[in-house]
Amino acid sequence: MTYVYLFWEFFKIGLFAVGGGPATLPFLMDLTQKYDWYSMADLTNMVAVSESTPGPLGINMATYAGFHAAGILGGVVATMSLVLPSIIVIIIIAKFLANFSENRTVKAVFFGIRPAVTALIASAVYGLFKVALMTENGLAIKPLILCVIVFGLMHIKKLKSWHPAMWLLIAAVVGIVFRF
Amino acid sequence: MNWKELWQLYAVFFRIGGLTFGGGLTMLPMLKHELVNKKDWITEEELIDCYAIGQCTPGIIAVNTATFVGYRRQKVLGGIIATLGMVSPSLLIVTIVATFLQSIMDNVYFQHAMMGIKGVVCALMLNTVITLAKKSLVSPVCIAICAAAFLLTLFTPIPTIAIVVMAGIFGVILDKMGGTRS
Repeated sequence: MTYVYLFWEFFKIGLFAVGGGPATLPFLMDLTQKYDWYSMADLTNMVAVSESTPGPLGINMATYAGFHAAGILGGVVATMSLVLPSIIVIIIIAKFLANFSENRTVKAVFFGIRPAVTALIASAVYGLFKVALMTENGLAIKPLILCVIVFGLMHIKKLKSWHPAMWLLIAAVVGIVFRF
Repeated sequence: MNWKELWQLYAVFFRIGGLTFGGGLTMLPMLKHELVNKKDWITEEELIDCYAIGQCTPGIIAVNTATFVGYRRQKVLGGIIATLGMVSPSLLIVTIVATFLQSIMDNVYFQHAMMGIKGVVCALMLNTVITLAKKSLVSPVCIAICAAAFLLTLFTPIPTIAIVVMAGIFGVILDKMGGTRS
């Protein structure tokens, strides 16, 4: 039965997550309240793994989420369900709508959706912050400090092009050395 | 049915999926190299069109591009095969990593490492939000829509999907009133 739910939920995500990978995050967060497939804390691991493995972010997150919910087959079901709406929608567009992205109504719809998606992602990231930087005993000081430092470093010109996986590797080493 | 080209579609998108990180815009140079320069499957202009469509349709942008190119070459089956090629590396790699992580979850060093990683994940995601905000909040109307959506997600139980749909409808209403022309 889990597979049916996985199919339904990830099909919906594929149909409504406009703007690619990060846009799936708010939906994945919604799922933590509906099912016990994975916790909010697991989500941070999912983002970390998805950022540091090759492949589109959204696909990696779906595979990981599905794996958490129902093992290897769960990962396959979640990923396939996520891409199914894309396949259907894109083929329809390629077949019938030559100037889809120039269409006035389409433009108007996405004019409204784009800022809203930014808000949805921002609020999901806020939720992620609360989980990742809080423990039972209050604020997790060391990860918070590391977060601020790395965020600052990421905006130094020379380090801007660093790969996310590089930062995650450094974070792991710092975490072990300073006993986070 | 051109089996050889179907196989090539799978192989090329497998390579793209397996060698790029993050998806979305970071994939553009790789797509251009493989599809325009090496294979001559589409022109550079078509690739940009593809991207524009990928960005204003639901779903993962990289997948939308794969489906579009696959469809152009080999119709529906091509679209499906190209997409399967794109997601195959993710399925393999993420499943292996996830299995491995589960077996070391209780290790104390791993837990220290994960706490550090959590801090940096927050920094990375914050960066993503800022980049997105810079791109999408280009006018006062956009900022207002964003603020309204943000408040709705925080203080009301309205589901995410409903907010996306409402924002789309609002965009159309705004256009009818002449508000999207700036």
